[in-house]
Amino acid sequence: MSATAEKAKSAARPQPGSVSKSGAELLLDALEEQGVDVIFGYPGGAVLPIYDALYKRDTIRHVLVRHEQGAVHAAEGYARSTGKVGVVLVTSGPGATNVVTGLADALLDSIPLVCITGQVARALIGTDAFQECDTVGITRSCTKYNYLVPSAHKLAGAVHEAFHIARNGRPGPVVIDIPKDVQFEEALYTARAEAKNRNCITTPPINPLEIERAVDLMRHARRPVLYTGGGVINSGRAASETLRTLARETAIPVTSTLMGLGAFPASDPQWLGMLGMHGSFEANSAMHDCDLMIAVGARFDDRITGRLDAFSPGSRKIHIDIDPSSINKNVRVDLGIVGDCGAVMEALLAEWRRRNGSDPYDAKRTDAWRKQIEAWRAKKSFSYQPSQTRIKPQFAIERLFALTRGLDVYVTTEVGQHQMWAAQHFHFDEPNRWMTSGGLGTMGYGLPAAIGVQAAHPLSLVIDIAGDASVQMTMQEMSTAVQHDLPVKIFILNNAYLGMVRQWQELLHGGRYSHSYSSSLPDFVKLAEAYGAVGVRAETPDELDSKIVDMISVKKPVIFDCVVTQEENVFPMIPSGAAHNEMLFGRRHAAGYDVSDEGRALV
Amino acid sequence: MTSEPFSRSIYPVTRDEGAETEIILAVIVDNEPGVLARVVGLISARGYNIESLTVAETDVERHTSRITIVTRGTLSKIEQIKAQLGRLVPVRRVIDVTREADALERELALIKVVGTGDDRIESMRLAEVFRARPIDTTHVSFVFEITGARDKINAFIDLMKPLGLREVSRTGVLSIRRGPESD
Repeated sequence: MSATAEKAKSAARPQPGSVSKSGAELLLDALEEQGVDVIFGYPGGAVLPIYDALYKRDTIRHVLVRHEQGAVHAAEGYARSTGKVGVVLVTSGPGATNVVTGLADALLDSIPLVCITGQVARALIGTDAFQECDTVGITRSCTKYNYLVPSAHKLAGAVHEAFHIARNGRPGPVVIDIPKDVQFEEALYTARAEAKNRNCITTPPINPLEIERAVDLMRHARRPVLYTGGGVINSGRAASETLRTLARETAIPVTSTLMGLGAFPASDPQWLGMLGMHGSFEANSAMHDCDLMIAVGARFDDRITGRLDAFSPGSRKIHIDIDPSSINKNVRVDLGIVGDCGAVMEALLAEWRRRNGSDPYDAKRTDAWRKQIEAWRAKKSFSYQPSQTRIKPQFAIERLFALTRGLDVYVTTEVGQHQMWAAQHFHFDEPNRWMTSGGLGTMGYGLPAAIGVQAAHPLSLVIDIAGDASVQMTMQEMSTAVQHDLPVKIFILNNAYLGMVRQWQELLHGGRYSHSYSSSLPDFVKLAEAYGAVGVRAETPDELDSKIVDMISVKKPVIFDCVVTQEENVFPMIPSGAAHNEMLFGRRHAAGYDVSDEGRALV
Repeated sequence: MTSEPFSRSIYPVTRDEGAETEIILAVIVDNEPGVLARVVGLISARGYNIESLTVAETDVERHTSRITIVTRGTLSKIEQIKAQLGRLVPVRRVIDVTREADALERELALIKVVGTGDDRIESMRLAEVFRARPIDTTHVSFVFEITGARDKINAFIDLMKPLGLREVSRTGVLSIRRGPESD
């Protein structure tokens, strides 16, 4: 907003803080001042005053979900695709308990959210009142911070502080629990500029000595690799740009976690593909054999490291992260740099250029390494056995990618096999285009997340790549999409199985498919029609392309039932408890693999 | 833990490295509702036992409290606890009293000893040696008040056992840095 527009706006309304208002109004004033334009929510007894205040305003759009979990995932999709804080508004008791899954999801994936929950009136707290629960107690361990607002006087300040906490440092969800009588109570407004900011949410200054050491290591390395994560995306668009420049000037190859896809363009020759359990052969081999690993905004999750004592045994490790507790948590590193990823990479780049001024870097040092990587790449580890008669799930994703290339497209996913195939075969050149539940692995994330993305980007193409099992966990949100005119495309890879569970049962539990087959799936086309959306089904490879084009051209929500081969597995795969150089490729190798008991016990 | 910053990092990366040690942490927090639950919840969620815990507001103007925690763990686990505690929003500072600061350690205990005859006389004599004060007395019992480091209190309790030790109440450990500097 320009300075004059700002002035005009503040002149139009009474001086902030001079008029007493109800808590509900103060809350909305504070949300407006924080720049909130969309709220995902569900009304109920304990938030009726807030909904009443919302009724009189047209500055904030409210998206009515069908289940509170959907509201949180929608807010996550909104936040992840815009870089802004997502906002949720739900009632007390069951409203609050229903958001817990979403909050835990946002905490693990570091998504900035502010979730407002109603609470019973102060006098009733602790009396087992109707729709009462201990919201701050229940959400304490699945939020970055939470509040029970004691009076209307403290409400606006708490909202500003909550936004500050949610977006600064390592982002995360914050819950504000507001008793119903506080929503009626009158008090003065606290402006954002006057609200206190928590002292502990500060990013430490970059230590130039650490930067020098890091550049020393980078210049001496013969087999370096950049291992980037969701932190680069959280750090903002500029951080992705810096990563690209840094990689280009240092000629270091780049791999990324599931959460970091898009920060580095998948079309770049230095791109190794995703790493980890279902990552590419070249990415995992590079991680295993490198002599210098530069982890940027990634947290050495067990899905990434595989067996810890065999993880990249011969490398020195630099870890750049904004969260000091991430450093040395799972993997001991040689150099931990606490700071914002973008700023630290910026400093590395400056130091790298400064050194090159006096002593130009000899890129030949790493020629052999690049050759080795090309040899690994030649294995084409994501390739699969094509079929003329049935749609292979990988083929479906490839076609979806090919036919949406060049469009303004955002992709969300559920959790399971389809998620991994999407990560392997749908390629991203830009950050904030890929929304998935990485840390918590929440089935049912994708559909509501797509709704949140579409609310933020009404004109873009938003596709939820889904599985038939996951999508049914939050299927009710189709009704939300239709009501709010959010034309999301739900692309279901339908194999009638809980695919990833079935795969593990096949590989690790002797093919005993215990309760992983869905024998009475709904007819997804009819289901779409029942919701007032459009249903499309593709059953053979030759009709796939035209059906996908149909889906894209429809301006309404679509459920696309893509019937795929049932017993396809996601490969390559590092089984639990195995090392990066012990990957499985395709069925013929998997049959002979013996998973240790310890490996079987890992999830 | 003594690795050079530039060493080849072929770490023995197992989750339990080294022996467990005892540690005293002083956590300076904003005095606000729920802060104790956050600190305790974080430690207990990781499966560590808290051996003692004291908490009180120590700076009225700045609204800060000092929480002193005694717990056990391997070095890497302790480092993690410290880093995780430091990440909590209301936590201002985490001080590793045992290793980072040259600190004094004190605890107060109330100890009830029931007995007559020689045992009673002996308990009184030992109390004098330990500078424990009787603060309640009947013909058959004493309640002693003793302050000191935990080792001293433990030693006193051990000595009282054969002399009719009945009940013990302890405050948990308090600590403060030596010298003119403050935490």
